[in-house]
Amino acid sequence: MSITEYIFWFLSFLAVLSGLMVVFSKNAVYSVLYLIITFFAIAGHYLLLSAQFLAAVHIIVYAGAIMVLFLYVIMMLNQNKSAEPNKHPYLMFISVIAAGALLLTLIGGLKSATVAQATSTQSNIGTIETLGKVLFTDFLLPFELSSILFLAAMVGAVYLSKNKLEA
Amino acid sequence: MQNLTGITINDYILLSTVLFCIGALGVMLRRNAIIIFMCIELMLNAVNVLLVAFSNHFGDSQAQVFVFFIMAVAAAEVAVGLAILIMIYRNAGTSDTDVLNKLKW
Repeated sequence: MSITEYIFWFLSFLAVLSGLMVVFSKNAVYSVLYLIITFFAIAGHYLLLSAQFLAAVHIIVYAGAIMVLFLYVIMMLNQNKSAEPNKHPYLMFISVIAAGALLLTLIGGLKSATVAQATSTQSNIGTIETLGKVLFTDFLLPFELSSILFLAAMVGAVYLSKNKLEA
Repeated sequence: MQNLTGITINDYILLSTVLFCIGALGVMLRRNAIIIFMCIELMLNAVNVLLVAFSNHFGDSQAQVFVFFIMAVAAAEVAVGLAILIMIYRNAGTSDTDVLNKLKW
């Protein structure tokens, strides 16, 4: 096995393990911390796939912004203790069975899938230069539209979390 | 796969499937709305990994632009979704999805 294979399997193991810990840890703050570990493992996968720009954006946006937002909300809602008292005893059993059935179905369907061989062998697709050229030529309109989306999200978030809505 | 000896695209399909199913398990299992939200983020990221893997496989950078837009939309979604969660917590006093059953038939 080459060094990239070792890194791939290590990062995959780390992502899956901490993903399971997100689901099964009792404390919501620990769930956030395990999710950050998962995001760093996914950023390692992006580096392995030579998508350097996406790896940097992923760490900045997810681990830097989104998870801090989650931590703030958990702090504001005072959920840093485990509080799920009325959990049905069969609920865990049933949902594990359902998720396992979904996993088996997807793997069984995708196991025999054949992917077409790569046609072009362009190597520097993940660099900022290449992505910036594509973003500002082919995808210029969606790029500008996403700024309107951000404006709408910002206005919506401020409006929703205002304490009293005076008319 | 470019720059990756010994790893096929099927390995990435398997990894992405497992991560997606963990996210789905969390959505079904947990009652806390914040944890459910985090599991939705996990499912989004599983799809992103697959998009980047296929972008590397075919040598096409358009999939990476798609991942970029998915991240932008996810950031906006988290901002609005957490604001809605805070609003629900103020009105109902809880973020437990078992209690929030007013729309249940």
